[in-house]
Amino acid sequence: MADTELEVRERPPAAAPEPSEPAPRVDRVTSIRPAPRWPHLDVRELWLYRELLGTLVWRDVAVRYKQTSIGVTWAILQPFLTMVVFTFVFGRFANFPSKGVPYPIFTYSALLPWTYFAGAVALGSASLVSNKALVTKVYFPRVLLPLASVAVPIVDFLLAFVVLVGMMVWFQTWPSAAIVLAPLFLAMAIVAALGVSLFLTAVNVRYRDVPYAIPFLMQIWLFLSGVVYAINALPEKWQWVLALNPMTAVIAGFQWGVIGTSAPDLDKTLLSIGATAVFFVVGLWYFRRSEPRFADTI
Amino acid sequence: MNAAIGTYDLSKTYRIGELHSAYGTLRDSLAGAARRFAHRERGSHYEEIWALRDVSFEVPEGQVLGVIGKNGAGKSTLLKILTRITTPSAGRVELRGRVGSLLEVGTGFHPELTGRENVFLNGSVLGMKRQEIQRKFDEIVEFSGVEQFLDTPVKRYSSGMSVRLAFAVAAHLEPEILLIDEVLAVGDAEFQRKCLGRMEDLSGSGRTIVFVSHQMQAVTQLCDRVILLEQGSVLLDGPSNEVVAQYLQEIGGSSSTRVWPDAHTAPQDEFSRLRSVRVVDEHGETVDALDVREPVGIEIAFTVQRADGPALFPKIKLWDARRNVIFNALDTDSRWEAPAAPGDYTTTAWIPPNLLNEGLVTVDAGLASIGSPKLRPHAGCVDAVSFHVQDLGEGDTARGRFTGQVQGVIRPLLDWTTEGR
Repeated sequence: MADTELEVRERPPAAAPEPSEPAPRVDRVTSIRPAPRWPHLDVRELWLYRELLGTLVWRDVAVRYKQTSIGVTWAILQPFLTMVVFTFVFGRFANFPSKGVPYPIFTYSALLPWTYFAGAVALGSASLVSNKALVTKVYFPRVLLPLASVAVPIVDFLLAFVVLVGMMVWFQTWPSAAIVLAPLFLAMAIVAALGVSLFLTAVNVRYRDVPYAIPFLMQIWLFLSGVVYAINALPEKWQWVLALNPMTAVIAGFQWGVIGTSAPDLDKTLLSIGATAVFFVVGLWYFRRSEPRFADTI
Repeated sequence: MNAAIGTYDLSKTYRIGELHSAYGTLRDSLAGAARRFAHRERGSHYEEIWALRDVSFEVPEGQVLGVIGKNGAGKSTLLKILTRITTPSAGRVELRGRVGSLLEVGTGFHPELTGRENVFLNGSVLGMKRQEIQRKFDEIVEFSGVEQFLDTPVKRYSSGMSVRLAFAVAAHLEPEILLIDEVLAVGDAEFQRKCLGRMEDLSGSGRTIVFVSHQMQAVTQLCDRVILLEQGSVLLDGPSNEVVAQYLQEIGGSSSTRVWPDAHTAPQDEFSRLRSVRVVDEHGETVDALDVREPVGIEIAFTVQRADGPALFPKIKLWDARRNVIFNALDTDSRWEAPAAPGDYTTTAWIPPNLLNEGLVTVDAGLASIGSPKLRPHAGCVDAVSFHVQDLGEGDTARGRFTGQVQGVIRPLLDWTTEGR
């Protein structure tokens, strides 16, 4: 377990020759001890396992597109159809504010990071339980599972992004210079999704209620993230409250760069960044603390 | 500190409740917490059991260590700690060198992916570098013998094929320390021989191996030294022949008779109850080990408790040491066609001589009635008794003058007719 106190000391090959092993040998000493009271993340070990992370991401992506009959189309269809529905319901009938850009492009550009986030949390929170066979049979840093899961929907995001480009041409909407910051806002979505996933997947090992709670949680979260209406049209007080939700800053920031809407407030964005950091640290701490028991209770 | 593996006072405790109802729902947990709070029994709720207790041993580099013991003795827990799947509660382990483990072949196989893709996936999960897998790819494929299906999704493989591919990947792991749990029980006989050969090659090349198994034959053949675990502690530690012999004697000696004197704890249902199960020879004496040339009886004593029950009949099921079913048999006597009158009965099933193969045979015994599609079980006991079948090698059995291992679940002595010169 990564949570056992693990010391890996590497030394040059011993003097004794090894006829059966042509490759140079590294004398690695692993020491396994009971789980420490205060968990920490062994970054060095994660680095040693980077290839496995790549393999896990590749597996999930490959399986995702093999199992479905229309494969790639799903990645585009889901946000696109949601956009159509939202445009009719919220754009036409309810007349929700959309920062002065055509409602379809407003909501679609918000749905992109949102769909990523919701997908990442759904996959990430199930990552330990759905890989039960691995967790109970082989050792590797368990953090790799949620980490791989939140990486997988990035592929869908990129596919759906192509459609956004098409829509931008159609609606004559152009990006602003802040587009260089868009990847940073997406990184924020990834970190937030990872934090939530780490927490929920560890909870899911013990309580199988999590998959039932997720659709509900995501539905509410969607309406608190500025996907269907522009957050900056709300009273100031509520904007501050919603800034605690990292996705408000992610969506506002992404739209600022990509479709050239007004810049988000710096102070509210900083609050969101702080909230993201808290999500991540709390999620990681809870995950690492529960980790020694995963194989026994899963 | 020259040992490849050293464990020092290694212990692992589980809280009871964690083992069985391993996970629940949040609601159950909240309800439980509320109950405990109401009854002020905080802390005393869990009972701890020791899966391992102060286990200490060192394995020098290049040694092949076998670990044996009954189910629940702590073998798997020990291996899970050595592979770092689970953490010890106390004590420590030192491992010198890269560790590879085979707790179950095919870990991480994904049915939707092709054979080729799964080789990379599985190899990576087992700790091989991509480059290493690429280098050994042809060798792995050749070993598995599934070349022509490499680009077929594994879900279309027969179970035998996927096991072969999985084992081929695993067999090409080349760590300094290899931890193995019962992987030899897979595949057909020829493939098993191939696997055994591969393990011998690996052990001959200076690797340190820990091998956990129920197959005493494989253990004696492969291991230099054997540790016998009992209730989480090391009971015996010594040369493999001696430890295995002692273990066999112990389990054989204590398990050929099973008596339930207390009617409350005996296996039962509303209609029937078991009183005893014994392994007997033709004189009716209880025996632990039998000559393959002698018949063996499984005697079941039971009580029919109600007259209005279904038509019950005695039934046995025999298992070999590899957990293959040897056969199922039920008493077809016409007396059992109608429900039996309440009272005590004793039935003996006679297994003819020269039928069973050598080794440990375990017997499930009990009562059943006709159901559809399966028999309906009544009073019964799994692993009720066990006995050893021996061949003294005098040339008049099915093995003739052959002295090696005779494969197969049974080993009947057949009539052979030959024509011609």
